[in-house]
Amino acid sequence: MKLLNYQAVYVMWLRQIKRFLRTKSRLASNFIQPFFFLAILGFGLGSARFAGMPSGIEYIDILAPGIIAMSILFPSVFVGLSVLWDKQFGFLQEVLVAPVSRLSIVIGRTLGGATTALIQGLIVLIIATVLGVSFQLSLSLILAFVFMVLIAFVAIGIGLIIASKMESIEGFQFVVSLFVFPLLFLSSPFSPLESLPSWLRTIAFVDPITYGVDGLRATLIGYSYFPIYINLIVLIVLSVVMMGLGSYFFSKSEV
Amino acid sequence: MSIITVENLKKHYKDVKAVDGISFEVNEGEVFGFLGPNGAGKTTTIKMLVTLLQPTEGTAKIVGNDIKKYPDRIRNSIGIVFQEPALDDILTGKENLDFHARMYGMNKSKRERRVKEVLILVDLEERANSLVKNYSGGMRRRLEIARGLMHFPKILFLDEPTLGLDPQTRRVIWDYIKNLNKKERITVFLTTHYMEEADYLCDRVAIIDYGKILVIDKPSKLKNKIGKDVIIISCSDSKSCADLLKRERWVESVKVHDSNVTIGTKEIEKKLPLIMRMAERNNIEIKSIDIRKPTLEDVFLYYTGRKIREQEASGSEQLKRRFMHR
Repeated sequence: MKLLNYQAVYVMWLRQIKRFLRTKSRLASNFIQPFFFLAILGFGLGSARFAGMPSGIEYIDILAPGIIAMSILFPSVFVGLSVLWDKQFGFLQEVLVAPVSRLSIVIGRTLGGATTALIQGLIVLIIATVLGVSFQLSLSLILAFVFMVLIAFVAIGIGLIIASKMESIEGFQFVVSLFVFPLLFLSSPFSPLESLPSWLRTIAFVDPITYGVDGLRATLIGYSYFPIYINLIVLIVLSVVMMGLGSYFFSKSEV
Repeated sequence: MSIITVENLKKHYKDVKAVDGISFEVNEGEVFGFLGPNGAGKTTTIKMLVTLLQPTEGTAKIVGNDIKKYPDRIRNSIGIVFQEPALDDILTGKENLDFHARMYGMNKSKRERRVKEVLILVDLEERANSLVKNYSGGMRRRLEIARGLMHFPKILFLDEPTLGLDPQTRRVIWDYIKNLNKKERITVFLTTHYMEEADYLCDRVAIIDYGKILVIDKPSKLKNKIGKDVIIISCSDSKSCADLLKRERWVESVKVHDSNVTIGTKEIEKKLPLIMRMAERNNIEIKSIDIRKPTLEDVFLYYTGRKIREQEASGSEQLKRRFMHR
C-alpha cells in the first residue's frame, strides 16, 4: 500500500470543509461565543490590572489570544473525536475498507480540521479587532496563523487518542469536562501567565495549550511569558507527538 | 470457477466462538447467501472476508488473493454494503458517490461517467443532488448499493441488505440486486435472516447457526431434500380419487378426510399435471387444489430443531451475542 494517497487526503479534507460549512448552527456559534467572551469579559474586567502586564496593553488584548486559542481548541478536539461519530453512524466502515492507508485518512481529516481552525481563528481575530483590540500588524501575524494551526494539530491529536479509547459518543460530556476544560483553563487564556500563583503556573507548563496561548500573545500583541521560539519549538514537538500517537491509535482501530 | 474460497475460517472472542471453522466456495457470477438468525456469525464472517477483521484461524481467498496477505488487492476488487447505514448525511447522494470514487483512486472522467451509470441503475438520478439526510430508508439502501458498485468490483458483499425496510421497499431492493447481478455480471455474497429473501435472491444458500455452516445448496434442493410437498385436493369423489392415487409410485402418503384428499410427494410442480390427467380420465371433478411447499423456514427447523423467528425474538442471550459480534 502506498504510504499516502493524495486523492484520499484531498477528499477527506473536502468532506471536512463541506461539513463545516453546512452545519449552520455551528457556524453561527463560531461568531456568537467568542463575541460574548470578548465583549463581556473584555469590557467587564477591562479595568483589571494583572502582575507583569506592561502599560499600554489593555486586558482585552491579553484576553483575545486566549479566546482565539479557545475557539480553536474545542472544535479541533471534536475533529479528532468525530471518528466516534463516524463510527456511530457507520461511515467509518466505508472509510476504513477503502484501499488507502490509515495515514492518508488521518492526514486528510487533520488538514480539514486545521483549515477550519484557521477560519475560526480568523473570525475571532476580526471580532476582536471590531471590539477594539489593537493587534500588531506585521510579519508576526503570519506566525500567529502558524500557532493556530499547531494548536489545532495538538488538539486533533488529543481528540484522536481519546476517540480510540472510547467505544461510543456517550461519554462525550465526560471527556469535555475531564480533558478539554482543564486544557483550556490551565493554559491561562483569561489572564497573563505571570498572574498565576507559582504552583498553578507549574501545572500550566505541562499543558500544551499554554504554549499556544503564549505564542499567540507574542505574535499578536507582542507580549508573552516565553520567547516566541520556545513556544514554537515546544508546540511543534508536541503536535508531532500528539498527531503521531493519534494516528497510531487510529491505525489500530477495528470496526 | 470459484471466486471466494473459504477454508476453516474461525473468529473466537473471549467467551464466544463467533465463527467456528467454516469452509465453503462461491462461484463466479452467482448470488450466494448466508442464512441464519441474528448472532449466528454472518456479519463476523463478512467482516473477515472484506478484511475489516482478522481471523483467529483459517483463511480465505477472494478473487485469488489471501485475505491475510493481500487485503489491499481485495479491497480494490470488492464492493460492500454494510448492515448499518454508512452514508454521510450532510453530503448529497452524488457527493457520497464521488467521495467513494476518489477513495478508490478513480480519475475525473471515469468518476463522472460511473456516477451517472450507477445512479441510473438504482433510479436515483433525480435525487442525486439532495442531501442524504432527506432520503428515505429505501433510497439510502439503493444509494449504498450504487456506491458499492462504483469502482467496478468483482464481488458485491451485502450484509442484511433489507434490514429494517418495509415489505414493499424490500421487494424493490431485491429486484435491484437481481438486476445488477445480471447487468453488471457481478458475484453477490449476501447475509440475511429473512427466508423469503434468501429464497428469492440466492442461487445457493448456506445455513449458518452458532458459527457453523449446517448445509449448503440451492434453495429448491434444500427444500426438496427435507421433505415432501403437500397437496390438498377437494374433489367430487374423494374415496376413489385416493384409491387411484395410492397405486402411483411417486405418492408417498394419502389421507382422506371428507371431500379432501391430502397427498404427500416430492417436487410437486412435476406431479400436478399427472394428477389432473388422472382425474380427468376417471371422471373425477377437481374443485380446488391447495399446495403447501416446504419453505426455507422448514429447512432451518429441520437442521437446527428451532425456528429462525423464535430465535430472533428470544431475549437477552441473543442480544448479548449480537453485541459481541460488533
